[in-house]
Amino acid sequence: MKTLPSTDVLIIGGGWTGLLMAKELGSRTPHSIVILERGGMRNPADYVLGMDELDYFIRLHMMQDPSRETVTVRHDANERSLPIRQFANFLPGSGVGGTGEHWGAQVPRFQPDCFQLYSRTVARYGEKRLPEDHSFQDFGVTYDEMEPYYAREERTLGVSGKAGNLRGKKIEGGNVHEGWRSEEYPNPPLKLPYFGSLMETAAKSLGYHPYPNPTAVNSQAYTNPDGVTRAACAYCGFCERLPCMIAAKAQPTNIFLPLVQKLKTVSLRTGTTVRRIVHDTAQGAGKARGVTYIDAAGEEVFQPADLVILASYTLSNNRLLMLSKAGEPYDPAAGKGTLGKNLTHQISFGTAQAFFEKPLNRFMGAGGAGMRFADLDGDVFDHSNLPFLRGGMFGAIMTGQAPIATFGALPRSIKARWGSAWKKAAMEYYDHVGVVAYSGEHVPYKSNYFDLDPIYKDSAGDPLLRMTINWRDNERKMVEFMTAKGVEVARAMGAKEINPFPGYQDYDVTRYQSTHIQGGTMMAPSPDRGVVNNYQQHWQIPNLFVLGASTFPNSASANPTPTILAFAYRTADAIVEKYLKKPGALA
Amino acid sequence: MRRRQFLVLSAASVGGVLVYSLDRRASRLFAQDKATQPLKIPLRFFTEDEALIVAAATSRIFPSDESGPGAREAGVVIYIDRQLAGPYGRDRYRYTHGPFDENAPRDFGYQGKATPSETYREGLQGLQGFDQLSPEEQDNRLRQIEDTHFFAVLRQNTIEGMFCDPAHGGNVDMIGWQLVGFPGPHMSNYNDVDKHYGEAYRPKLVSLEQVLGRKIPVSEDEDRT
Repeated sequence: MKTLPSTDVLIIGGGWTGLLMAKELGSRTPHSIVILERGGMRNPADYVLGMDELDYFIRLHMMQDPSRETVTVRHDANERSLPIRQFANFLPGSGVGGTGEHWGAQVPRFQPDCFQLYSRTVARYGEKRLPEDHSFQDFGVTYDEMEPYYAREERTLGVSGKAGNLRGKKIEGGNVHEGWRSEEYPNPPLKLPYFGSLMETAAKSLGYHPYPNPTAVNSQAYTNPDGVTRAACAYCGFCERLPCMIAAKAQPTNIFLPLVQKLKTVSLRTGTTVRRIVHDTAQGAGKARGVTYIDAAGEEVFQPADLVILASYTLSNNRLLMLSKAGEPYDPAAGKGTLGKNLTHQISFGTAQAFFEKPLNRFMGAGGAGMRFADLDGDVFDHSNLPFLRGGMFGAIMTGQAPIATFGALPRSIKARWGSAWKKAAMEYYDHVGVVAYSGEHVPYKSNYFDLDPIYKDSAGDPLLRMTINWRDNERKMVEFMTAKGVEVARAMGAKEINPFPGYQDYDVTRYQSTHIQGGTMMAPSPDRGVVNNYQQHWQIPNLFVLGASTFPNSASANPTPTILAFAYRTADAIVEKYLKKPGALA
Repeated sequence: MRRRQFLVLSAASVGGVLVYSLDRRASRLFAQDKATQPLKIPLRFFTEDEALIVAAATSRIFPSDESGPGAREAGVVIYIDRQLAGPYGRDRYRYTHGPFDENAPRDFGYQGKATPSETYREGLQGLQGFDQLSPEEQDNRLRQIEDTHFFAVLRQNTIEGMFCDPAHGGNVDMIGWQLVGFPGPHMSNYNDVDKHYGEAYRPKLVSLEQVLGRKIPVSEDEDRT
């Protein structure tokens, strides 16, 4: 195997966190940096083609190619696993920018107590209320420590929204249940589509506190602190699952890539698939020496590096550490090891599919354009007499919808699925349907985890990652409770007919849920409890850092990207200010 | 090499219909235009017999009736023919390593081995002579297979062919979009997104090629030069 000239820093993955780290380290230090990205370069001039619903939204042009690598799923350790043959319930991206190119850009912060799930739950309800089989654990970092990093990522992305808690002062019209924020959002909220306006009125009538959904979509032209200027959103309605052609939606290729490309010390190599992180842990040294990867020409090479940053999606972060034997694999039966533990998948579903008399003009919208309320989020409300813990946020959001994906949404009273009666009804209801959405917390359990699949392999012959995951009473009861609340909201919005969500049975890989799979390489205060410390530094291999939601011990109700970016900034500061001055363990 | 097959549409049988030829030029056939020659559309995947069955079946799924035009006018069979001849038809982007399991629980998605093109070829074997049946007989025949994987794919592809951008060969004349009031790709709704509350706003329909003024690359042509 050919050995390439050594680099100071090697970054695996050219998405949100990889490009953020390259920009921070590349602009603040003289070190040489190599980024290895599995997919290709993106050309924003092609992004207008995202308006082709078939190739982009349906055939998933932006996503990871499952013919080369996918994951397998089973509901419990006694079940055989089956591969996800086509992505559906979550949609990992590919290429420079990764999943951040096609995201929905909804950017709420975590509720402060999400960082202390174990201790805050026990303090309020006692140990006896923790669910059976739980693996609750605190992040080891508090919201107060993270707040400046949240403010930084919001300024960088140009988030549009309205504050509801400025340094402890509650502000009507914003999210009065959010954690304190040091400053107002950099941009005012997006324009409000009709559907969101219906929810705003209805939620108020029910005593809730609706607020404009914070989004990383520009409500006006905006120049961020790095000098990057981006246009205002045009509400074209081609947003989620697609890249923004005018860069109004914050994407790694419009926020960080232009800055990274100007840095002479950074080299971005596309079409490169990392196979192993090479390290000396078995020899007791605890040092990464570099990575082996298959280059764009198909040749496997060794790239030595002094510092390795693993900045891929949750799935690849886990799999690469497992394939590289970097960390002790989690064994749920023995209760040993941590690598793969605390797999969570943010709960997300439509509580009520609501049919209205009046048309909604569903083709117009933007990622996250709409209203939310958080009165039933986290531990905002008392769970003493409820059969579940935690909660989530309701939303009425119009991202812009197209007909292949959404034709045929009908009240359940209509049974036809093809033929004249079906066609006529589906045409009549087409522009009259909206979903009262809910996203909720998925608490961690000992028997929801990742490991390597014993049977299914990728195109290079390496084992696929396996997810062992299922819903428990806490999720099923939360979903039932929230569905009833969502139906009330839909009714107050004036819906003529409502399909309530049928409820959670087993974890389902065919219904889109969210691309928010988390955990497996979680941060923890000590090596026996997690894979990385709270600087996202590997406990056994101090010159290896792991970025992304794989380091989160639990899923919040909030979409994870803002928190991922906040932690990446915190890690970048720690690397620049501490690690590079004196390489070694930071905790 | 198979002998080149064509779908022959006679003007009298289809009425006023717009179809896309291989180079995606639109042609309109008028029943009253006695001089019009039958239109021969070159097929990429189907045999002529198969194409006639698919055309008949998709127009029972999405009929042309008093509520408006359907799969026949939208050119759904042409759309499906092109999809099956392209990367979709051979599962270029599906994980296709075994073991497979045709009987896996539905919440794991389709776990069988067949590619869409294989699924069609086998499914159509079971529908021989379908295009010769009366509409009632056709509906009865489809009801017998409506729980099969083949039917699920056929139904999904019919919806795709009704509403895809016309560049893909279906939704001819944006006829599907007209049915539901979807205007196609509009670069900006900035001045309208927070207006028209409670009333239908229906801007002029446009296709992506009309917006851009050029042909767009489509996935079914990925491996065609």
